[in-house]
Amino acid sequence: MEHVLAAVGVRKRFGALVVLDGVDLSVGGGDAVGIVGPNGAGKTTLLNVLAGSLSPDEGRVELLGEDVTESGAARRCRLGVGRAHQVPRPFGNMTVFENVLVGAASGGGGGRRKAYERAIEAVELCALEALANRRAESLGLLDRKRLELARAVATGPRVLLLDEIGGGLTDAEAAELVATVAELRSRGIAIVWIEHIVHVLVRAVDRLVCMDQGRVIADGEPAEVMRDAKVIDAYLGTAAA
Amino acid sequence: MSRPLLTVERLEARHGLLQAVRDVSLEIDDGETLALVGANGAGKTTLLRTIAGAHQPSGGRVVFDGEDVTWAPAYRRARMGIALVPEGRKLFPDLTVEENLRVATAARRPGRWDVDEVLEVFPLLQPLRRRHAASISGGEQQATAIGRALMANPRILLLDEVSLGLAPVVVEGLYRSLAGLSEAGVTIVLVEQDLSRAMAVASRVVCMLEGRLVLEGAAGELTREQVTEAYFGLAAGGAR
Amino acid sequence: MSWIDAVVHGVLLGGQYALLATGLSLMFGVMRIINLAHGSIALVGAYMTFLVVEHVGISPYVALVVVIPGALVVGYILQRTVLERSLRAGDLVPLLTTFGLLIVIANLLQYFFSPDVRGLSSGGIGTANLQITSTLTVAWFDVLVLGIAVALLGGLDLLLHHTQLGRELRATAADPDTAELVGVNARAVYAQATAIAVGTAALAGVFYAMRSNFDPTSGPTELIYAFEAVVIGGIGSLWGTLVGGIVLGVAQTVGAQINVQYFALAGHVVFLSVLIFRAVRAAGGVRVLRRAMS
Repeated sequence: MEHVLAAVGVRKRFGALVVLDGVDLSVGGGDAVGIVGPNGAGKTTLLNVLAGSLSPDEGRVELLGEDVTESGAARRCRLGVGRAHQVPRPFGNMTVFENVLVGAASGGGGGRRKAYERAIEAVELCALEALANRRAESLGLLDRKRLELARAVATGPRVLLLDEIGGGLTDAEAAELVATVAELRSRGIAIVWIEHIVHVLVRAVDRLVCMDQGRVIADGEPAEVMRDAKVIDAYLGTAAA
Repeated sequence: MSRPLLTVERLEARHGLLQAVRDVSLEIDDGETLALVGANGAGKTTLLRTIAGAHQPSGGRVVFDGEDVTWAPAYRRARMGIALVPEGRKLFPDLTVEENLRVATAARRPGRWDVDEVLEVFPLLQPLRRRHAASISGGEQQATAIGRALMANPRILLLDEVSLGLAPVVVEGLYRSLAGLSEAGVTIVLVEQDLSRAMAVASRVVCMLEGRLVLEGAAGELTREQVTEAYFGLAAGGAR
Repeated sequence: MSWIDAVVHGVLLGGQYALLATGLSLMFGVMRIINLAHGSIALVGAYMTFLVVEHVGISPYVALVVVIPGALVVGYILQRTVLERSLRAGDLVPLLTTFGLLIVIANLLQYFFSPDVRGLSSGGIGTANLQITSTLTVAWFDVLVLGIAVALLGGLDLLLHHTQLGRELRATAADPDTAELVGVNARAVYAQATAIAVGTAALAGVFYAMRSNFDPTSGPTELIYAFEAVVIGGIGSLWGTLVGGIVLGVAQTVGAQINVQYFALAGHVVFLSVLIFRAVRAAGGVRVLRRAMS
């Protein structure tokens, strides 16, 4: 299997606005890919197309070799696409464990016992054991983000889509988040991480993709991509002559 | 004018659980054009909205023309002369272009700006007066949004990412108009992702990163390298 | 009665519904408040007119001169005190608040006016008839009510599209936060909208009382028809409320023509059909619904 998740020739427009203009992205098992780009580049739209909450006008999405373009988000989740959202919105009056269990039970398939085991594993992977029985609404920001990850992990994903989860953290907290993501990766879950806070992202991924105006303009080693003149121009505008 | 028109003192603002603005202090003089740059999520929009009264701060002060407006409701600030052109334009979709402009007279401020003046600055809107705001193009909407803010006869104009989603040639036109306004003495604070454009129009630049001001200087004096570093928080070599 | 008779009477009935529904539509269109007490407020208008008529001895039509301005003031105060706070408290709180208001009003009316059934005199017009064809006769009063509904809607349309208040109302309805940014005091605007809504409710209540007898429990039934009229006509559209009222009225009278017991049911069926049709279309059509469930 060459890739776990791939977007092939994806195009998407909203009315007259072309948001994705022929995007090819291939994520292999065990990869950790970061996606950056200025506002309006199409990153979130791409994520939505990969996750299945948006369908492309052209092109297809492949998961483990299978064409899943026509499948909705719920089905893709069951097939192995997990997603962590930018603003964690846990079920406040349920405990951390119960929140994770929701993900395990509905997304993972299998019986109740299996769901429980998956939930326990997800809680451990994301370093939430000490908080497992606390109500979700009492959690601080970093732990909420971990909970969001655990919920996604509990669905048993092969690839995890992370939607700008790096915001609002101190340096130390960001380091802990990066460590959690690394742990998930070491368990064989591929990571696709959209992020604006570039300096956090480059510590977590070994491949960086930069998008601008609906296209991929750079794809490679993080430090190199961030030095690429095209990338800097995309963010800051072309250097004045 | 010795005292600054707008002073922001140690401002703090949250966005849910996130601290979007951290300990920001800033002074803006009458007639200045200030560019506020930074990556997405850096807190620029929250800062502008807090100044305009659309967002409540969690600490610090906003002082406008000598008066503490930190807790004043947004409509009062508009009537005092603070006008915000919000991110995404936020025109009233069922109102026509002209109605969108005229609504802003709710700010009850006398001044040179009326519908005719606005149409002189943005002649592309002339044939569109009776069109519904939802039916015109992005560039036309942006012009309308700026015009609407001008109709309030503001003393300070806050512009949040006016070039977003617009074709370069349209952005050119908008910035020409902005330069004209700047020359006419309108005080402007401009949030912009395209640094070159911002620096071409502004006299001063500040850069935000994760809620803090990390760089400040005259537009002509800052190098592209300095700004790039501040923008991404990456020192040369990719480490932080 | 022939079918044409039924339709004509249905249209006139629609005028009554539209008159009551206007205020409901306005409050929902501007503030997203579903005022469950709207019918009760209309009833209070009827009772106040009753009081004025009893004590001053003038006709109900003249009493309107006192009652309507009073209703405008009451509406303004209602918004600034009770409803404004409810809006801040959450999306569903206004629903609870207005429901509470409905109950309070019904009980207060019962207490002060006893459960006795009352009526208002509709004067000379009340008994006059208009002969349209050899077989079709309508009451002048009904025509008057339809005329008032049209005039009211026309007036509101003028207000909304040709005055600064109207612009501010529509802007605040679309986006209250952005409206504030351009200097609109959203709370004052909302209060003015509620004032108008309560004023029109009182007007509708008085004409209702002139047409039929009323007692403290009459509010909620009429509210249901007004609500259906608003939904059928399309939420947010004032003239749609007139259309909705007429469609409802015609559905009811035609239904009654088939079988007298089908009067209300026919209206409900049409209401439900329109609701489902619109809901599916808003979700993106049947195709999108199927995909979302896969």
